[in-house]
Amino acid sequence: MSNNSAVVQGEDHYLNHSRGLMSWLGTLDHKRIGLMYLFSVLLFFLMGGVFALLIRLELFKWGGHNLVDANTYNKFFTYHGAIMVFLVVIPAIPAALGNFILPIMLGAKDVAFPRLNLASYYIFMTGALFAVLALFLRGADTGWTFYTPYSIRTNTTVLLVLFGAFIAGFSSILTGLNFIVTIHKLRAPGLTWMRLPLFCWALYATSIIQVLATPVLAITLVLLCMERILQIGIFDPKLGGDPILFQHFFWFYSHPAVYIMILPAMGIISEIIPVFSRKPIFGYKAIAYSSFGIALIAFIVWGHHMFVSGQSELANFVFSLLTMFVAVPTGVKVFSWVGTMYRGSIHFNAPMLYAFGFLELFTMGGLTGVFLATLAIDVHLTNTYFVVAHFHYVMVGGTLMGLLAGLHYWFPKMFGRMYSETAAKIGFWLIVIGFNVTFFPQFILGAQGMPRRYWSYLPEFTFLNRISTLGSGLIGVGFIYTAYYFYRGMRSGAKADANPWNAQTLEWKTSSPPPHENFHETPVVTQWPYEYLPEDTSMPANLR
Amino acid sequence: MLQEETVIHHHAHHFTSANHEFEAAKQGMWIFLVTEVLMFGGLFVAYGLFRGLYPEMFHEAHQHLAVHMGALNTVVLITSSLTMALSVSSAQKGHKVSSVRYLVLTLILACCFLGVKYFEYSHKFHDGLLPGGFFTNTEIKSPKASLFFSLYFMMTGLHGIHVLIGMGVISWILRRTLRGEFGPSYYTPIELVGLYWHFVDLVWIYLFPLLYLVG
Ligand SMILES: [Cu+2]
Repeated sequence: MSNNSAVVQGEDHYLNHSRGLMSWLGTLDHKRIGLMYLFSVLLFFLMGGVFALLIRLELFKWGGHNLVDANTYNKFFTYHGAIMVFLVVIPAIPAALGNFILPIMLGAKDVAFPRLNLASYYIFMTGALFAVLALFLRGADTGWTFYTPYSIRTNTTVLLVLFGAFIAGFSSILTGLNFIVTIHKLRAPGLTWMRLPLFCWALYATSIIQVLATPVLAITLVLLCMERILQIGIFDPKLGGDPILFQHFFWFYSHPAVYIMILPAMGIISEIIPVFSRKPIFGYKAIAYSSFGIALIAFIVWGHHMFVSGQSELANFVFSLLTMFVAVPTGVKVFSWVGTMYRGSIHFNAPMLYAFGFLELFTMGGLTGVFLATLAIDVHLTNTYFVVAHFHYVMVGGTLMGLLAGLHYWFPKMFGRMYSETAAKIGFWLIVIGFNVTFFPQFILGAQGMPRRYWSYLPEFTFLNRISTLGSGLIGVGFIYTAYYFYRGMRSGAKADANPWNAQTLEWKTSSPPPHENFHETPVVTQWPYEYLPEDTSMPANLR
Repeated sequence: MLQEETVIHHHAHHFTSANHEFEAAKQGMWIFLVTEVLMFGGLFVAYGLFRGLYPEMFHEAHQHLAVHMGALNTVVLITSSLTMALSVSSAQKGHKVSSVRYLVLTLILACCFLGVKYFEYSHKFHDGLLPGGFFTNTEIKSPKASLFFSLYFMMTGLHGIHVLIGMGVISWILRRTLRGEFGPSYYTPIELVGLYWHFVDLVWIYLFPLLYLVG
């Protein structure tokens, strides 16, 4: 119905193309599926966030019993971790933003397998349902890592959480598969590999990890479920099994999973920095290939989670060395971004602010990762709050900053309206300051020896814990405020035109919001998407 | 005429041609099979680890598996791979009747495989050769023998589930073939199911020597 473009343009778009609840629940449109993922992920983010605040509230005063007893506290951090990892940061960027943007960036009408895409969404929600169901029964208290043998013996409903994570994993596998085929087969005419936007490269590398690593998690979780159902004993020392094998299997997935979280965020940053610096991206190939470098190294460093688990000294040495290599392709990216900004004309709009936030927080997370890769330091810091702070700087600082950068950047494309730029700046500072106030003290606490996952602590840690809790409140306020101005923008923001940032990737060449089939005519690509001229500072006046 | 039906398949809107769609589907299937390899890979690693740790136990325990039944099943599955391949090529040539015939034959062979497996399993249950905590057999002298049977049931069980799923999708394409949906211009689903079935066969070709023929 969208063939007569002159009249239809600006009127018929994917949001009003068809109406009613069923037109959403049964949609094959990647844009709608992306939005369904987005709102589901945000719902889970709220849940995971509430558990985080409960954890921080319990730790506000020393001595325990502030809010809950120790067993309930164990459930809180298990839920916070499991929900945030499996239901938020892993699907957030690929499944939500990737689904929405990737096909449009490629100039395609949809992903390669739209039915499979919708199925992935329902698989994800089914997995989530099982995991959340456990909440209302006896919960789970193993931490999100499900270490054996405790996870075999605990009398909580960990089985449901395992099963939920197992099911949700298939959604991740199928999304990755869908994206790989989409990138291979559905690029618009003229969109050669070397003209591919860097977000697409990043999603490609991410998809490879999703496809190769997640099946190993699947079989691991199946075996762990079977431990609980049939006592197969493979991970159970009592029956001759090996609990360390579980750790190897688990981290063989869960280390690469960190890059499922971070690579797409890096892709978003690579899109935003040239647009808001009005300069061609520096080191295009280096950024594209370093994603694959990271993906490759991701598979050979898992042992750094097991330095004190009884691994051989030689294995520890090798894993420590290999882990440090991750810093090389990561550094290549960071320097390329800085090189792009150098002598650019930088516009401090919300997406760019979040890109700066990413650079600050992720660099700290990454560098403390190199600390922890060093054997002698790691033995001292294992299971302390230093580790907690490190991976929050990586996952929140990396993935969440990337997600927020992307959400602000593509918001006008998704909804055809603008959010308030002033509000976005306030929200940014609330979140970034809140984040640093929450997690920086945890580096110090960890270095002083405060162990993680405890319900209480020694009185001398009180002061920094209080600051940390106050910071978490600030983050909470920041997110509520962000949700508020996004909602207002969706309802009554100024109308956005097709290309509010004057950017060059294909999604900006179609109307905002895009029509049902993304483009009225299949676009033909003639150049790479980073052809910004140094003297061209043509950002629309109201956005400067 | 039954054999020469013309099948017109309209490709989905986001592809430029039916062949484009076919190539994409085939690539997707290959990637899916890679994920399957990795999923079974976890079990193979566990197998390798425990065989290295307890070589004598593995040797003693494997003697309680019925080699002749495993060998029979190997022949059955390889034959079913052949009939599947013949069915695919019949479909490509537009020979509907022989395609149907080979699909039915494949289904029958899959049933045979599961039938043999049923007898093997019930024999193990009877002898108390069960996974982990349920292991009650007293004939095997080596300690930790329950681990071997945990691996045996996990590996053959996961494979058996794949056989069941295979039978499901074969029945589905059988139905579609009977409706005349496939022909020389469109045979993607039957080709993909064929790939899947060969993979299931291949897994068994590894499982058989690893479990039944421990040296
Ligand atoms: Cu790691």
